[in-house]
Amino acid sequence: MALLNNKNKSVLFNPLSKNNPVIVQVLGICSALAVTAKLEPALVMGVSVTAVLAFANVIISLIRKTIPNSVRIIVQLVVVAALVIIVDQILKAYNYEVSKQLSVFIGLIITNCILMGRLEAFALGNKPWPSFLDGIGNGLGYTIILAIVATVREILGSGTLLGFKVIPQALYDAGYENNGLMILPPMALITVACIIWVHRSRNKDLQEKNN
Amino acid sequence: MENLNLFIRSVFVDNMIFAYFLGMCSYLAVSKNVKTAFGLGIAVMFMLVITLPIDYALETYFLRPGALAWLNPEFADIDLSFLSLILFIAVIASATQLVEMAVEKFSPSLYASLGIFLPLIAVNCAILGCSLFMQQRDFGSAWTATVYGAGSGLGWLLAIVGIAAIRERLAYSNVPAPLKGIGITFIITGLMGIAFMSFLGIKI
Repeated sequence: MALLNNKNKSVLFNPLSKNNPVIVQVLGICSALAVTAKLEPALVMGVSVTAVLAFANVIISLIRKTIPNSVRIIVQLVVVAALVIIVDQILKAYNYEVSKQLSVFIGLIITNCILMGRLEAFALGNKPWPSFLDGIGNGLGYTIILAIVATVREILGSGTLLGFKVIPQALYDAGYENNGLMILPPMALITVACIIWVHRSRNKDLQEKNN
Repeated sequence: MENLNLFIRSVFVDNMIFAYFLGMCSYLAVSKNVKTAFGLGIAVMFMLVITLPIDYALETYFLRPGALAWLNPEFADIDLSFLSLILFIAVIASATQLVEMAVEKFSPSLYASLGIFLPLIAVNCAILGCSLFMQQRDFGSAWTATVYGAGSGLGWLLAIVGIAAIRERLAYSNVPAPLKGIGITFIITGLMGIAFMSFLGIKI
């Protein structure tokens, strides 16, 4: 069996745009918005979610035939919670600053709907390898949106990118000011709405009929 | 007095939706009409009031560094706080299951209106988030934690009923095609969030 046949390829690459978890399936919004004031925590969050998602998918897919249907939600929660604890401890050990900025949102990966959604919809019915690719794909789709939102908000809100100044001093001297509003939570929603707008005007089949 | 202050702050200033975006998934999915939105809001508030005191007790007597000292002074330097995520989610998941069974048995009419939402709540970030914030803020007593839970729940209820009412009216307006549905909901939530920010700095 080829590792990347056509079906697996679409499993891996579809979530990047056509079937993006955040802007098309509308899952995992909570953390997507809360951590995007700066790019660095957003990237760390994206990587953490991708890792947890990929491994949770593999584990659930390996034991999918032994899980009784009635308790599957609790089994999934326990698997995910164990993985999140590992990620949380690793972050605390190696990147304490970012771990403090993300505060409770690492813990909230447990209730991130992307995880539940993918475990229910994919891992419970597929073999481990496609499940792993599905986890990676969805995690990357999530990371891309986080990175775009965080880039926009950090450049406009603080004039920096990953902590480096990107807006030249000359602009500030000419009277330019950072837009403090972009740092505040509500602007994350509006930024995501703009991404959805652009994305859906290019993919007409994704547009909804009703308000 | 302090509790009242905390309650009002958690409803308006630290609103779960507008300040922390917790519970957004069900907020976006179940806000098409006011009646179901109200049902889900009540269910979330109910679960918060039930789970927060339990999680508070767990935190104080089991998880906190040195919390096991009441069992035996030798346990004073044990720190189990890394277990908090898994225990909190276990409490929430089992509490939703229990509440679902209890409501089904004792009040079939309430079950008919709430029933479908209860399983959704186990994975609602607002509930787990509230417990985690409680852990971070170090409240003085279980009562304070319950007040915080009730306030956050009411704030969540307000937010989802508000957006549902707006979306009902929105059915008659002319929204650009790519923004229809989820896009415009995001924008409205953002604007509502800006409105709620005017409560910042409230002191009673």
